[in-house]
Amino acid sequence: MKKKILYILLMLFIGWQSISYGQQRFPKPEFESGYDYPEYQLTNPSSPIWEYIDVAVLIIVLILTTRFTLKTRSRKSILFVAAFSLAYFGFFREGCICSIGSIQNIALALFNDGYTIPLSVLLFFLIPILFTIGYGRQFCAGACPLGAIQELTAIYPVKLPKTIETILSTVPYIYLALSILFAATDSHFIICKYDPYVGIFRLNGPSTIMIFGILLLISGVFINRPYCRFLCPYGVILGWVSRFSGKHLSITPDNCTNCRLCETSCPYEAIIPADFLEVKEPMLKSRKKFMLYLILLPIITLGAAYFSLQFADNLALVNQKVRLANELRIEKEMGVKAISMDAVTFKESGSTLEQLYEEETQIIKRFEKGTPWAGGFLGLSLGIALLLTTINRKRDSYKPDQGKCYSCGRCFEYCPIHVEKLNIK
Amino acid sequence: MSEKNKYQNRRDFVKKMGTLAVALPIGFLGYKLVQQTSAQEFVWQIDPNLCTQCGQCETNCVLTVSAVKCMHAYEMCGYCDLCSGYLRQGVKELNTGAELQLCPTSAIKRNFIENPYFSYTIDEELCNGCGKCVKGCAAFGNGSLYLQIKHELCVNCNLCAIAQTCPADAIQRVPSSQPYLLKSGYKAKES
Repeated sequence: MKKKILYILLMLFIGWQSISYGQQRFPKPEFESGYDYPEYQLTNPSSPIWEYIDVAVLIIVLILTTRFTLKTRSRKSILFVAAFSLAYFGFFREGCICSIGSIQNIALALFNDGYTIPLSVLLFFLIPILFTIGYGRQFCAGACPLGAIQELTAIYPVKLPKTIETILSTVPYIYLALSILFAATDSHFIICKYDPYVGIFRLNGPSTIMIFGILLLISGVFINRPYCRFLCPYGVILGWVSRFSGKHLSITPDNCTNCRLCETSCPYEAIIPADFLEVKEPMLKSRKKFMLYLILLPIITLGAAYFSLQFADNLALVNQKVRLANELRIEKEMGVKAISMDAVTFKESGSTLEQLYEEETQIIKRFEKGTPWAGGFLGLSLGIALLLTTINRKRDSYKPDQGKCYSCGRCFEYCPIHVEKLNIK
Repeated sequence: MSEKNKYQNRRDFVKKMGTLAVALPIGFLGYKLVQQTSAQEFVWQIDPNLCTQCGQCETNCVLTVSAVKCMHAYEMCGYCDLCSGYLRQGVKELNTGAELQLCPTSAIKRNFIENPYFSYTIDEELCNGCGKCVKGCAAFGNGSLYLQIKHELCVNCNLCAIAQTCPADAIQRVPSSQPYLLKSGYKAKES
């Protein structure tokens, strides 16, 4: 009798085990008709060799663009290279990985030890910057698929009012600061999520992004390169590096005669005219202003850092875990039932609220650490921009604004000296 | 004349220093990160043991027919007549009628093998990765159906859009040399 009970208990235990694991409730059948288990055809992901082919193509494209902007000075060739990049990086490789998005991988790798960054991604981040140090923003002209699609569709340039242009061009700074903050805290990759053109490259994607992309593409016909000018976070980095580049595209192949013909050529407001037309501010006044802004610089930076700290808690809500913890806390305290998928899954998973709250505090702490830096960066950028307005350089020729110039070569044909040289050839 | 030269030189000097000031931190960044790189590429994959079949895979992939497909570990399957992954709950008949099927796209094919066994195969052309069958199979069956990201479809986004919303954190980066997290029973074929 005792033995029987023991057996029953054992059976119950085994039965209970099998139910709790949810597997093999039914025994493996023994087929008599000679049935064979079908075999799966699994395709492996495209081999990592492709990533290195991409890096090689990137380098070749950048070398070619550099040659066409600085040496042969041919806009047509630059456009051909851009079209190739659009076809290769955009439509063939479907837009991933791109240098713009690699910012986030860099941030993630810098602040998270668990993430090892693939070498190709690091190269995609560094190589365009290296080329920019040497030769200006060649990447934007010829290698970037997003730049290429906009350059090729930029047909009717319309100039924006100066104030709107200035206000909109602050957006990339905010975008850069936020994308680094969110990537560093392992919360979100916003550059990839809101990449307007990737849907067009893939001819497939979430409808909102597709609509946004197509609208931006259409508006780009008139307001040329809208993404580059008013959104691109990588452009912020390249712009600052380009200001100090060793060589840079020049409008004229020879000495500028100040003929003013190129004045209207640039749709990106990237030509700085010679200053013989401008009414100059008196030296003393601008010097005073300079000193004032120099003193203001650290104040603005620290002020922005402190100010942005107030938003840390709200920014942390971008993180999925923090959102979940918030929802569950509201449920607990106010009795609003948590019905989101995350909450339901969390309740089923069996982990405790304490663990989640602990994780949440860790994430919020990281945000509180990171947000002042992001804010400080924005403040510093604003301060430097103010400082730069007070510096009156003597300019005796028309030159590209190295920060803004995409090296697209549009201005070449407007220069009579360039045209004359072509004719002689 | 000499005055002008001096002026030019100073500007050149400032510019060179500027270039250096830009190049140094970027060089340092590169140096620091090179130590953290791996030649290994990563791809996204679903860990079937963590997956809760919430249905996000169907809707959140950047591709409009998701790259997530249902796979079948045949050697775990019980080949039941009353398949909880194939049939809706509480059906009166056991046949291939469309109104009886759990799969919204009718992607599971049911074939008679021998009494009392039926085989279930998945037509991946039709499968939309909703995971309804997986949920049914896990709840009442052997759990031989499960979701995987198919790499011939996946575009390997920098951050997988489904991973971003997956409530169970089941989507992870895995080395591209072992791109599938299979339930036991079969090996990946080289292609």
